Amino acid sequence: MSVSVSNRGGAHVVTLAGEIDLQTSPQVRDAVLDSLRQGGAVVVDMGGITYIDSSGVASLVEGFQVARRQGVAFVLAAVSPAAMRVLQLARLDKVFAFQPDVDTALAEGI
Amino acid sequence: MREPVMASLRVPGRPESLRLIRALVREAALTRGATAEWAHDLVLAVDEACQNVVRHGYGDHGLSGDVIVEVAADGDGMCVHVTDFATPVDPATIRPRDLEEVRPGGLGVYLMRTLTDECTWEAPPPGAGNVLRLRKRLPLHSGEGEQS
Repeated sequence: MSVSVSNRGGAHVVTLAGEIDLQTSPQVRDAVLDSLRQGGAVVVDMGGITYIDSSGVASLVEGFQVARRQGVAFVLAAVSPAAMRVLQLARLDKVFAFQPDVDTALAEGI
Repeated sequence: MREPVMASLRVPGRPESLRLIRALVREAALTRGATAEWAHDLVLAVDEACQNVVRHGYGDHGLSGDVIVEVAADGDGMCVHVTDFATPVDPATIRPRDLEEVRPGGLGVYLMRTLTDECTWEAPPPGAGNVLRLRKRLPLHSGEGEQS
């Protein structure tokens, strides 16, 4: 899988692609928590994610919790149906903030 | 009596083995005539079972060992056996957590149980630690060769 982080309009955009599993989820966790440590909102672009397991979900939940403590936005963008299904099973579809794509997330003024 | 195995894999119980396990289960499910969605759910259940072995069976105890995954067509569904060589665990202690609490971790067992129709531990053969059997029924309308 690949992880990249960019700064757009004051927000950190963490772009993920590939499969998030036990081997790769630490990279996701590091990228999300590093971004939050720098301050400001975080948008996770999940458009390229083809698979996510419980360890990947746990990385996102950790980001969500840190963001909430810091009072900054934490948005999941372009979540695929397969990834959304896992989030629904975990009953997190009502917990996370979702946007259809990164541009919309940034335009919402987070 | 077990069903004839369609495919099997013996790999080191390490995170980097999970991708290979997923590929095996996914291709076996598609060969069996499952839809991509059904295959995804079985793959995720088996992945969660195997990562429990990697993280808790071996990792928590500083152990290393193999994981054997055997996939079989089983009547109206599929059956996957996951065998490890870790310390035997009491299945009664393996419980899903309450999802009402939003926190990282503890989701794997819940997914494993939710995504399959049967999730049982069988008596391990001599030398093995634990044998988990996951069974999932194909939907009634699903036929041979149906893929999406």
